[in-house]
Amino acid sequence: MEWLNILIQGCLLGGIYALFAIGLSLSFGIMRLVNIAHGDLIILSAYAALVVTQQTGLDPISSLVIVVPVMFGLGYAVQRGLLNFTLTGGLLPPLLVTFGISIIIQNGLLQVFGAYTRRLQEGAIETASLQLPGGISVGVYPLIVFVVALVSVGSLQLLFYRTGIGRAFRAVSDDADTAELMGIDNRKLYALALGIAMIFTAIAGVLFAIRTIFDPSSGPIRLILAFEAVIIGGLGNIWGTLAGGVLLGVSQAIGAALSPTWQILAGHIAFLIVLIVRPSGLFPRTRD
Amino acid sequence: MQTERVERATKASRIAAVAIVPFLAVLASLPWWGDSGDMRLVGEMAYYLALAQLWNLLAGYAGLASVGQQAYVGLGGYAFFYMTGVLNINVYPAFILAGLFAGLMSIPVSFAVFRLRGAYFAIGTWVVSEVFALSASLITVMGGGAGTSLTPAILREISANRSSRETIIYFATLASSIIVCAVVYFLLRSRHGLALTAIRDSEPASASLGVNTFRTKLLIYVATAACTGLIGGLIFLQKLRISPEAGFSLNDWTVVVIFMVVIGGIGTIEGPFVGLIVYFVLREFLADYGSIYLIFMGALAIGVMLLAPAGIWGFVLQRYGLQLFPIQRRLVVVS
Repeated sequence: MEWLNILIQGCLLGGIYALFAIGLSLSFGIMRLVNIAHGDLIILSAYAALVVTQQTGLDPISSLVIVVPVMFGLGYAVQRGLLNFTLTGGLLPPLLVTFGISIIIQNGLLQVFGAYTRRLQEGAIETASLQLPGGISVGVYPLIVFVVALVSVGSLQLLFYRTGIGRAFRAVSDDADTAELMGIDNRKLYALALGIAMIFTAIAGVLFAIRTIFDPSSGPIRLILAFEAVIIGGLGNIWGTLAGGVLLGVSQAIGAALSPTWQILAGHIAFLIVLIVRPSGLFPRTRD
Repeated sequence: MQTERVERATKASRIAAVAIVPFLAVLASLPWWGDSGDMRLVGEMAYYLALAQLWNLLAGYAGLASVGQQAYVGLGGYAFFYMTGVLNINVYPAFILAGLFAGLMSIPVSFAVFRLRGAYFAIGTWVVSEVFALSASLITVMGGGAGTSLTPAILREISANRSSRETIIYFATLASSIIVCAVVYFLLRSRHGLALTAIRDSEPASASLGVNTFRTKLLIYVATAACTGLIGGLIFLQKLRISPEAGFSLNDWTVVVIFMVVIGGIGTIEGPFVGLIVYFVLREFLADYGSIYLIFMGALAIGVMLLAPAGIWGFVLQRYGLQLFPIQRRLVVVS
């Protein structure tokens, strides 16, 4: 039963990694943008929730009512005002501009909030657990996070394949120039895409910060985890991203079962193995 | 009769070649008129210049935008500490061996990361660096996650006297930086340099004209890794202490370096010099305000990337055609 327990815990851990990765997968899938600041935007969302909870007395999950629209607006504005200008000049501009944004967010948070570690408090739900047959106990909170990840991926699926805007997203992803000829305003659509990516980033940030301590320098490792989930799952495939997150979580759980110091390393090694064996990921869809 | 010849030197480059002699003489005489704080600052500038030149070679010329060069700084540092502290190898050969070790390690790494393109290559190299950092924290003989220090015995190997030791380390850093700059300069003037410049301007076009882009990129990746490892050994000799966090620091060894190159002018040899000066001026002026200088550097890099992607030196080059390090060939008609 030991291995089953590891598997279940790993899957649940994978839920939060998938949530980290959805925003990244989305911005890559639609506009081929690799957002280096993604991890820092996750942490920025956590700090935004911290401020909202302190100012209004709301609990962290309810604070999403404010944090999500704020992050959506920020994503829209950053894409419209900054990143749209980098999409034509080759590889370096988007990479370096998001790199600059990353450093500005990290050091800005450091200036405002200091280097202290923080946590969001959600109350009793954090420690509640379910007893499964066979002596396996499953945390209620990780389960909720996993369900949120599932619902997020499902709703994006609906958005992409059942709505007009989703059709526009797919068109731009397939061939941006032709889509523009057909009357789509790519720049507006890109801004909307990063805005939507930020919705999931905000949710990921707040759910993560309820369970784990964070500080201004917590962003980069989240970016790496998100990136690994996206690559493992295959570029541009949102269900693949979920699978990638789960595989990453399971690898880490196996590593942690061997020795606690091996947890993160095991995830990186699983990623590198996938990279060497199947460079385009397990379920690729988008052509690079 | 009209003949042509190929010329490289420009008027500006001839002046620069002459001016560099007194400039180097001033730097070389620093131990006799500056204090140890001055030496540390100039030493730091020297190794940052080397790192910037190396990253520029990678990203600016070979199109390999790595954000994982801290892997080789850390590997070089760790290899140096391991060889001197555990294997009791003399300090001087240990430097060279540390560089070779970093170069050697970059070969298997390239198998994994060369499968990724563009920005994915960038984050892939970063993951590799994280793997090295986590692995380093598992080595108990190197102090695990806490790191380790150089023993006094190793320092006495350089010199028993503290101030003469500082002078020797200063000269070693200065010399390494000059050697790295010279390697980059002569590499760019060579056959490979021509291939690299072609790759910088258009990879498909250079490939179609017979440049083996994969082999050229691999060569550059391994060569910069070895040089970065060598500099890594020196950096941590100066710091006397290494830990996984310090050795494999993304911010210290890659972010700052990238900003320098981008602001100064990517894809030129002069750019990293300009970026280096901008960085140190900002840092010294804003030293009292914590990490504000990094916010400035980030904003400046974004501004440069959006408004003048060629950087400060690219602007100068475009406007005045000024070239201090002649790597370009020009056809001159002599009648």
